[in-house]
Amino acid sequence: MKRWLGVLVALMLVAAACGGSEEAAVSTSDCGPGDTDGDLSFYNWAEYIDPDLIDAFEAEYGISVEYTEYESNEEMLAQVEAGAAVYDLVVPSDYMVDTMIQEDLLVKLNKDAIPNLGNLDDAFTNLPFDEAGDFSVPYQWGTTGIGVNVGAIGEGFDPSWALLFDADVADQYQGRISLLDDPLEAMVAALHYAGYTLEEVIADNNLDAIAEAEAILAEANARVAKYDSVNFGDDLVTGEVDIAHGWSGGFFASFAEADNADELVYIIPKEGGVRWVDNMAIPVTAEHPCSASTMINFILDAENGATLTNWNYYGSPNEASEAFILPEILEDEAIYPSGDALENLEFIPQVGELGLELQDAFTRSKS
Amino acid sequence: MTSEQRTAALIAEPGLEAAATAADRKRGLLLALPAYVYLLLFFVLPFLIVFVYSFATRSATGATRLSDWNLLAYQKLFDSLVVQIVWRSFWIASLTTIICLVMAYPFAYYIATRRPAVRNVLLVLVMIPFWSNFLIRTYAWRFILGTDGPIATLTDALGMEPVRLLFTNAAVMIGLVYGFLPFMVLPLYAAIERLDWSLVEAARDLYASGWSAFRKVTLPLTRSGIIAGSLLVFVPSFGAYVTPAILGGSKDLLLGSYIVTQFQQARNWPFGSALSIVVMVFMLAALMIRARTGAEEV
Repeated sequence: MKRWLGVLVALMLVAAACGGSEEAAVSTSDCGPGDTDGDLSFYNWAEYIDPDLIDAFEAEYGISVEYTEYESNEEMLAQVEAGAAVYDLVVPSDYMVDTMIQEDLLVKLNKDAIPNLGNLDDAFTNLPFDEAGDFSVPYQWGTTGIGVNVGAIGEGFDPSWALLFDADVADQYQGRISLLDDPLEAMVAALHYAGYTLEEVIADNNLDAIAEAEAILAEANARVAKYDSVNFGDDLVTGEVDIAHGWSGGFFASFAEADNADELVYIIPKEGGVRWVDNMAIPVTAEHPCSASTMINFILDAENGATLTNWNYYGSPNEASEAFILPEILEDEAIYPSGDALENLEFIPQVGELGLELQDAFTRSKS
Repeated sequence: MTSEQRTAALIAEPGLEAAATAADRKRGLLLALPAYVYLLLFFVLPFLIVFVYSFATRSATGATRLSDWNLLAYQKLFDSLVVQIVWRSFWIASLTTIICLVMAYPFAYYIATRRPAVRNVLLVLVMIPFWSNFLIRTYAWRFILGTDGPIATLTDALGMEPVRLLFTNAAVMIGLVYGFLPFMVLPLYAAIERLDWSLVEAARDLYASGWSAFRKVTLPLTRSGIIAGSLLVFVPSFGAYVTPAILGGSKDLLLGSYIVTQFQQARNWPFGSALSIVVMVFMLAALMIRARTGAEEV
């Protein structure tokens, strides 16, 4: 027994040592505009960049880019934390930027090395998860809403979360609905339907509102065919469901390959919901921080930013890019919402201690 | 030296016996060493890490801190939510085991009582599914059970109400039974094939009915196969992740998915580790039952 305890203690020490060891601090303070310090390892969301942009970057700066993809913030975080592979540039979403800053995983940016920061739209220069923009630079933004098969449910529906949550409306779509398998997204949708925002709920530590949202989701559970954060777009296209909760860009990508694309629409509910921003950031484990800075500056270029949006149909935070973005994208309310729809959108804030409660509420609602 | 001579020599010289035993032990250790090292590195060590993590602290942002060791993760195991998920996993795994047993026993009996040539063909047929990847086969079920699948087409053609199977508990159960049935058939076949049929004949000669001969002779003699098969089905069903994730639509959470959620979305590693320990305890309990009943048989 004693011997086992010894082994256990030794293991704990090893684990603690692994967790505590600090790499030599990475810094971008010596980087100038256009500097490179070796080949760039770029870790980004799947299908998120026009391959031509990477070619252009390689040609312009004479370094090569190793581009790898992930499918969730948590997956990326686990990779960066584990340090198994070295990434110079990652693209976390809003709340994940906050998490990574708090965990000391991001390098402070040298803004002098990124002159194109001035191209950013003012709406994206004072974001709640990184107010001074010291650690992150917006890459693309989008919304969470509802994909609808108009061919199946008909025109003239009210663009509201009621499609998912109001018994009078949604009962007729029994078993034809999918929800995101994501506690924050599902809870925010239900909270907005009930007239709250997640930001208020966190500020007031409003557990009653969370209980209310849980009840809404629990009632919806009987109508929901499945919870899915990956195939929501494809399921809508194949007719597995007719109403799907999901991310704007995921729908657009699926619609682009659908035979019945003219019957499929994406709407932002009038009560609002989540507006997310993905952001470029340099992890503390980066080996080529100057190349990473230069890539950030390259993406922020007016024409390059437009190329990105024209390719992946997400909104651009780059004001200077608007001159080069296709007019049909700029005029599309589903990509660039205006009025009430825009007003009611919120960024997912850092949930802190309430995170586990939100997670549990969501799990309970579908049990 | 024949074995008799060797034994005689050993009896004559007790020192030699000790040396032979020591040499035997050394050889045995050498033979088993690769397996021991493998198990130590890839089973014992990870298990200990999981065990250590289950006492760690989760920061507000979800980072795991290897300090302030506590039992919070184990306290959370008694939440009604968790108890419900463990209970649901338990009965789905139990039901899967029972369905597999009821289907596999007559089938294994049938195979074991065929001519050797037929027997081999049938056994190959049982194993053919293993030739393709489990994930791909499970995705195939998604099509079969889906709204465009053959079942829906058939019920449509018959003018019946559309049956909704995909993303239900029934679909998960179909997938689990499908996936684990061979694991039940094979040990049962081995046990039935080994059966000494003269004992069954003796029972019939002593005027036992077919049913009571089966109940009093065949069933007890094939018990080791029943237990081995049931374990091979129950243990993986209890922690199943792939099948419920693909066919269950992430509704009615099961233990496997719940553990994954703790490590990914919730970023609550201590609690995820504690849940993994629970699965491990269930498996150990099942294996101990097997060790006990197995020992009785020898």
